[in-house]
Amino acid sequence: MSRIALITGGNRGIGLATAQRLHAKGYQVAVTSRSLTNSDSNPELADFLVVKCDVTDSDSVDKAVSEIENTLGSVEVLVNNAGITRDGLVLRMSDNDFSEVLDANLAGGFRVSRRVVKQMMRKRWGRIVFVSSVVGLGGQAGQANYAASKAGIIGLARSLAKEFAGRNITVNVVAPGPIETDMLAALNDSQREAMLATVPLARLGKADEVAGAITYLVSEEAGYVTGTVLTVDGGLAMG
Amino acid sequence: MSDNFERFKSCAVDVLSVDAEQVVMDATFESLDADSLDLVELVMALEEEFDVSVEEEELDGITTVKGAYDLIISKI
Repeated sequence: MSRIALITGGNRGIGLATAQRLHAKGYQVAVTSRSLTNSDSNPELADFLVVKCDVTDSDSVDKAVSEIENTLGSVEVLVNNAGITRDGLVLRMSDNDFSEVLDANLAGGFRVSRRVVKQMMRKRWGRIVFVSSVVGLGGQAGQANYAASKAGIIGLARSLAKEFAGRNITVNVVAPGPIETDMLAALNDSQREAMLATVPLARLGKADEVAGAITYLVSEEAGYVTGTVLTVDGGLAMG
Repeated sequence: MSDNFERFKSCAVDVLSVDAEQVVMDATFESLDADSLDLVELVMALEEEFDVSVEEEELDGITTVKGAYDLIISKI
């Protein structure tokens, strides 16, 4: 059986790595992106249905999911990965910097989940994975908004896990540590060194290593795993 | 009224996966094996079918087909 998977923000980083892994395993994969509308411009996306979607806008979410339903069928696997950063120290963080990050990272996952879960309920099968972050567990100076959104994701995911457990829908969270992505490339060398000093495995993670964890959580064999937070962080958050 | 009830019944059959003859006025949702999540899903389908809007609190105490049907009809 070829499951239908939707990965928000699937055009790069962890989202893209997850899309590639799931595609390789035979899933039919749709990815959303705020800007891209087709795969012509990016050969990496040629294997996926690329749909334009702004997760901060319910109408945009509805339109994007409807397009996926009409093209591939109803979504059985959802990976809420789309996220943004607006880093800065709290004293200099504007209301907008705070609320925009919460709206995209936390409420975005809520909107997309709400839209797709109805069909999962009907099928009595569904998998939802949220991409959180270790900074949601431990906090991070300069990322109050981002850390708050990533912590909020855990409460959201566990509530969904409880609401929909009776419909055989599992909801889980991966919490990546420092991963080699565009988001991390924004750090300067000293920030990068300071970060690595806190990682027992003493290296950055690869997006594909997070994708591996997500692939497990959405698999058939993870059917008894729900409401969990799986850290993929080189040991950063343990203890 | 009977036409509206037929529309109601068809939503219930679709959402709750029950037989049409089970959807009678005095049937309880419990007897139809429908829990609170099913009820919410049914109401969402009915909102769409009848183009009405139901608030969350209005569902409190609704335990029978008649209760749900009357609530929807009162809004048309």
